[in-house]
Amino acid sequence: MTDLLYARAQMGLSLAFHIVFAAAGVALPVLMVLSDWKARRTGDADYRLLSQKLAKGTAILFAVGAVSGTVLSFELGLLWPEFMGQYGEVIGLPFSLEGVAFFTEAIFLGIYLYGRERVSPGLHLFSGVMVAVSGAASAFFVTLVNTFMNNPSGFTATPGGVTDVEPLVAMFSPGWQYQTAHVLLSCYQASAFAMAGIHAFVLLRHPGAAFHRKALSVALPLACVTALLQPLVGDLSAKHVAREQPVKLAAMEGHFETERGAPLRLGGLPDVETGQVPWGVEIPKGLSILAFADPDAEVKGLKEFPRDEWPPVAKVHLAFQVMVGTGSLMALLALVTLALRWRRKAWPDGRWLTWAWLLSGPLGVVALEAGWLVTEWGRQPWIVRGFMRTADAVTPVPHLAAPFWTFTVVYLFLGATVVFLMVRQVAGTLPGRHGGQGGGDAHVH
Amino acid sequence: MSTEAVLGFAVAGTFVLYALFGGADFGGGVWDLLASGPRKKEQRALIAHALGPVWEVNHIWLIVGVVLLFAGFPRAFAVLSVALHVPLTLLLLGIVFRGAAFTFRTYDMRGDAVQRQWGLVFSVASVIAPLLLGMCVAAVVSGSIRVEGRVVVSGFFASWLTPFAWVVGALALCLFAFLAAVYLTHEAPTPELREDFRLRALGSGVAVFVAALAVLLFARQGAPRVWQGLLHSPFALALHAGTALASVTAFALLWTRRFRWARVAAATQAGLIVLGWAASQHPYLVVPDVTLSSAAAGPTAQRMLLVALGVGALTVLPSLALLFRVFRPGPAPSAGAEK
Repeated sequence: MTDLLYARAQMGLSLAFHIVFAAAGVALPVLMVLSDWKARRTGDADYRLLSQKLAKGTAILFAVGAVSGTVLSFELGLLWPEFMGQYGEVIGLPFSLEGVAFFTEAIFLGIYLYGRERVSPGLHLFSGVMVAVSGAASAFFVTLVNTFMNNPSGFTATPGGVTDVEPLVAMFSPGWQYQTAHVLLSCYQASAFAMAGIHAFVLLRHPGAAFHRKALSVALPLACVTALLQPLVGDLSAKHVAREQPVKLAAMEGHFETERGAPLRLGGLPDVETGQVPWGVEIPKGLSILAFADPDAEVKGLKEFPRDEWPPVAKVHLAFQVMVGTGSLMALLALVTLALRWRRKAWPDGRWLTWAWLLSGPLGVVALEAGWLVTEWGRQPWIVRGFMRTADAVTPVPHLAAPFWTFTVVYLFLGATVVFLMVRQVAGTLPGRHGGQGGGDAHVH
Repeated sequence: MSTEAVLGFAVAGTFVLYALFGGADFGGGVWDLLASGPRKKEQRALIAHALGPVWEVNHIWLIVGVVLLFAGFPRAFAVLSVALHVPLTLLLLGIVFRGAAFTFRTYDMRGDAVQRQWGLVFSVASVIAPLLLGMCVAAVVSGSIRVEGRVVVSGFFASWLTPFAWVVGALALCLFAFLAAVYLTHEAPTPELREDFRLRALGSGVAVFVAALAVLLFARQGAPRVWQGLLHSPFALALHAGTALASVTAFALLWTRRFRWARVAAATQAGLIVLGWAASQHPYLVVPDVTLSSAAAGPTAQRMLLVALGVGALTVLPSLALLFRVFRPGPAPSAGAEK
């Protein structure tokens, strides 16, 4: 592997790791506040325990998200000094505002976690809301940076560097609305599905466990709503990509030849040598309709673009298929669940459906990772599309294999530890085990 | 004052705050490692109790500093990222392990062997990280990072593996330990514990003095420009006089057990040391090839950054005030409550 590839792999690994915790940091506070609020309204001990468990989960995931985020803020420079040296000032504004949001989040999380007995109930709940709001704000701002990398604007590039910087224009680069909405929804969706999956798992082994039924009733509404909204937002996002980044769309679809009335390809593995997509299923005119809302619209193919500006086609296509596939499954499950809920006036708890929720638990995270891979691989070979190639941004420091393998081991270890801790958390709530007060408090002095 | 000077001041300010809050935090880890005597358990409990609500917040000053640096002075950020790639990567590993270990230890209290190991990881990382931080600072001021155009030509090791860098690292470590000990005297719930940390504060205070002296001696060879700056600019001299005064005061207050005020004096001392460093390298961001003005972002970007800074101050400062008000030293933590 070349040093460039190691640098990309390290950045990719750090982001893939961080993104899961960041998503949880955005969404879990919402679920935590919801259960807290329910507990206050009903005086129900189960909801209280649930909010405490969620607070503990938030604390652990937030801490890992915070340290991996710190690593990322350094890695921007450690791996891509040319990028930061030239474009740091262009994208500094959203990064600074993200810093503010992150700061606020950490402060109120401290108050929420450690302040249960020290502050008034109102202030406590307010702190929880502040955590949720600032978590969303920080995801919003950081996504704006990524939007910029995909659709750069707000500066003039000269051979000597970047001039005429307009930070506000750069911050709201074309398509920011779609990308931020898509990302924020995916955070809530991934976390809600994961939480639903966990409690579905317990309910299958201990049917009727009250605590877990209530937990499911907190997770399901968020999961269903986001799963149904996401395809709509995703469609808007894809239409934007079709207009602004045709080569990315072509790679997502494995679309080699420019044609009118282009078909939509499901599955298959694009072969860049032959320009074919074997094993794919084609829906006639599907792509033209989806991308441009016109069955006869022309869709540019990869061959329209210089060969050295193609993203890795097979990877982008595959990741896109995974994202759309898992997204569709989740939307379907949400539809079925909501229909049953509407008929029975209660969250359904049949065995089949509980199994479905269990199996769908990881899908949100899978879709989140796949979607992120689509946008990042799809941008290659550019770090700032059309202006700076990833290869020109990489650090001159040699032997990048060493930090890559080090961080790989560290992240594997941390990931395994977090899973272990989460399992312990859930295990404490199993029926027949005394989990209530022993580990219930958000912290123990 | 020009906007770049304001931004430079803001960067220096965040480093002062990181040294104070993050520093006390690292120092807590040092004392966790060195916990000893009949009240070993109580000492560790006090450290965990004092850090718990604020450690996450303390470390955000570092991120704020980094963001201000790359947004306000992108070229300096690029140079530092290349020249200090190795120690910064190691520092990151330290920060990751420290943060993760602290959280895992706090939220998975079972008193088992695993938890003791997390404690060890936490405290060892707390010792290594300040050392590396000091070494990076030393490399920046020493003039051994050389840049031609935008290319770093001084290699990836030579600049930060000097005797001068080691003593600056040692100074950072001692200073952080001192800050934490003074901070903990005021947090301690019992007279015995207070006395434990008073002795630690006095001891590490002496160590700070010795390390500072060593830095001064090594600076003549290791950082000639700083040596000049230290002794020849009246402004720097005034800063150093202030630092000396603050440290003597801190010592006297510790000696006479006026802990609340000792805390203020120690914080002033540490803050002035960091400011003294910043002043001695002014107007360079990386001595001697990168200045504030040569690395600065364009004027519009700078102005927007100041606006963001204002928004940040308006949001963060009241929230921080609330946090610290809520977690004033309060009811005693008891080691027995730990499970």
